[in-house]
Amino acid sequence: MIREKVRVKSFKIDGICVTGQSNQTILEVAHDNGIEIPTMCYMEGLSCVGSCRMCIVEIKGSHEPIPACTAKIKEGMEVTTSSPYIKTAREMILSMMFSERSHTCSTCVVNGDCELQSKSVELELEHSATPYLNQRFEIDASHKNFVNDPNRCILCTRCIRVCDEIEGAHALDLFGRGLNTRVIHDMDEPWADSTSCTSCGKCVYVCPTGALYEKDISEEDVIKKRKIITELIKNKS
Amino acid sequence: MKKIIIDPVTRIEGHAKITIDLDKSGKVEDAKIHVTQYRGFEKFCEGRLYTEMPALTARTCGICPVSHVVASTKAIDEILGITPPQAGVNIRKIVNLAQLLQSHTLNFFHLSSPDFVYGFDAPKEDRNIFKMMQTHPQMAKDGINLRAFGQKIIQDLAGKRIHPTGIIPGGVEHKIEAPQKEAILEQIPEMLKIAQSALEFFRANMHKFQEEIDSFAAFPSLFMSLTNEEGTLEHYDGKLCFMDSEGKILQDNIEPRDYKDFIGEAVEEDSYLKSPYYKPLGYPEGMYRVGALARLNIAKTCGTPLADEELKKFKALNDAKPVLNSFYYHYARLIEMIYSIEKIEELLKSDETMSDNVKTNSKITKTKGVGCSEAPRGTLFHEYHVTKDGVITAVNLIIATGNNNLAMNAGVKQVAQKFIDAKNITDGALNRVEAVIRCFDPCLSCSTHALGIVSSKIEVRDHNKKVIQVIDRN
Repeated sequence: MIREKVRVKSFKIDGICVTGQSNQTILEVAHDNGIEIPTMCYMEGLSCVGSCRMCIVEIKGSHEPIPACTAKIKEGMEVTTSSPYIKTAREMILSMMFSERSHTCSTCVVNGDCELQSKSVELELEHSATPYLNQRFEIDASHKNFVNDPNRCILCTRCIRVCDEIEGAHALDLFGRGLNTRVIHDMDEPWADSTSCTSCGKCVYVCPTGALYEKDISEEDVIKKRKIITELIKNKS
Repeated sequence: MKKIIIDPVTRIEGHAKITIDLDKSGKVEDAKIHVTQYRGFEKFCEGRLYTEMPALTARTCGICPVSHVVASTKAIDEILGITPPQAGVNIRKIVNLAQLLQSHTLNFFHLSSPDFVYGFDAPKEDRNIFKMMQTHPQMAKDGINLRAFGQKIIQDLAGKRIHPTGIIPGGVEHKIEAPQKEAILEQIPEMLKIAQSALEFFRANMHKFQEEIDSFAAFPSLFMSLTNEEGTLEHYDGKLCFMDSEGKILQDNIEPRDYKDFIGEAVEEDSYLKSPYYKPLGYPEGMYRVGALARLNIAKTCGTPLADEELKKFKALNDAKPVLNSFYYHYARLIEMIYSIEKIEELLKSDETMSDNVKTNSKITKTKGVGCSEAPRGTLFHEYHVTKDGVITAVNLIIATGNNNLAMNAGVKQVAQKFIDAKNITDGALNRVEAVIRCFDPCLSCSTHALGIVSSKIEVRDHNKKVIQVIDRN
């Protein structure tokens, strides 16, 4: 197989000249240069799928915004990470996440430690701009230690990726379409009956919301060990 | 027949409408309260995990969320088959009493005192706490301070003033630290003085309201409350007791988990509020009252010195028989305010309360749990059914105010018949119709677990059920 040579590319992010390697994404180069781009489904060390669209940026000459986590850098490109248009689009994306599921912070075990909640504060989203379309999903509390509540899932797929790429079990996957999409275990079996799940808990630790959480602990005891997972991934590589 | 509609009913918690039906001669034929809201807590809790129930059901109310959290955690304690450590129980009791204190204070000072200070016939623009601030600033300040004292205890010991998170299945989240204890104890003498002077004020002015005392839901009925083995005033533990209007115990030692054997819930077509009744007597003869009046009627003693002295005077009102006049709910609440301050002090000074061991944990052992507590407005029931994994399959809530529904309706009718004259419907008469409801200190948004959309009003209907007058407080 002929491997493409990795070259150094120069381009601009928000008017600042930056350089990166040709196999890097806009998001990675932005982070390397201390430029903040909001993300949701992205997690350092896991593959990027661009499912949430929170990291969209504008490229000069392109009509549509693109997700910075999956877009590879190009020589001479001019990237804008923040503009009124981008801000409105991100608010709409966040609104749609809220409208799809019933995110009631006051009764959620990760209240105060939720990425969706903190993102709303960061983007100053005071109310949802889209109508609530949430339906009721059954909670899977069959596992002895963990709970899967699809009513709080934003379909970022971090759990699926960490299970597949780090634990190597691939016990989780997506099922259904559109509003009905949810994360399942094996062939849509109760979590307790999943033969491929190793009960390692990595999926719970990376979940940005309260969709996956530990049983029988109070709000104050919940610690999402997202950074631990990133450290593990770094050590592995 | 004419019909009078009072809408909204003011200075109560929640929203309601009153309909007064007049007959052909213009006399009051019937009067009813319609609670006009619906929220559906029992339904939307289904499918959630049991661990969320304290936080979810606390949202039923912003005034008495602690009662819901306590009843909810007790129901879950039963599901988990655990008994919280004594320190955890004591802290729950302190927080519950602090809420009782702030809620009773709210009713007396903020909602009801304008009637006692200015009279029921005073201009309606004067009958509010703001006028009180102008003419009786010390009394208004006292009310605010006393309420703040209760709220501060809830915040310190349970995390938040409203919808506290510190009361959890198995006990409480945090132990009491010594500085917290000292700060509360330091304020107690002052707070006790405020509560005592409020009671003195009420007693000194009681004679002015003899007409109201005699007609504000003054009738025989049953009474229900929790009571303990010693027969002292109880808000947390104990068993259910039903007493009749003569003071005879109809049934006691009822385990709260067996409440359904004794309490039925009737549904009225014109209100979202159900009407619980004492099953052995049937509906509507099984009408009973709950809350401060019922608790003091059933309790033999309060168990604290100052409150016990007051209880003796209270019991003397009807020669040691149960006090039947609902106007004395105000009196009973004032005694309970003194009791709760004394009891908080007693519990705080107990070494057991200061123990480090405040919570315990377990796994699901039962699929049904019933939690019961005495809320400021009366006995509160939470019943949950769960799967073996802990997912809620059914919920039944009987909210304190709901227990009083039949009595409140009977009271409104009694007052309307006494004070409403079809030819000359005065504002004072309508105020009395509202004031009888205020006696019960109802929390209507709680009782239907309902959300306020429509505010409350009084409607007067003629004999053809045609509305001839609407009094809208908006």
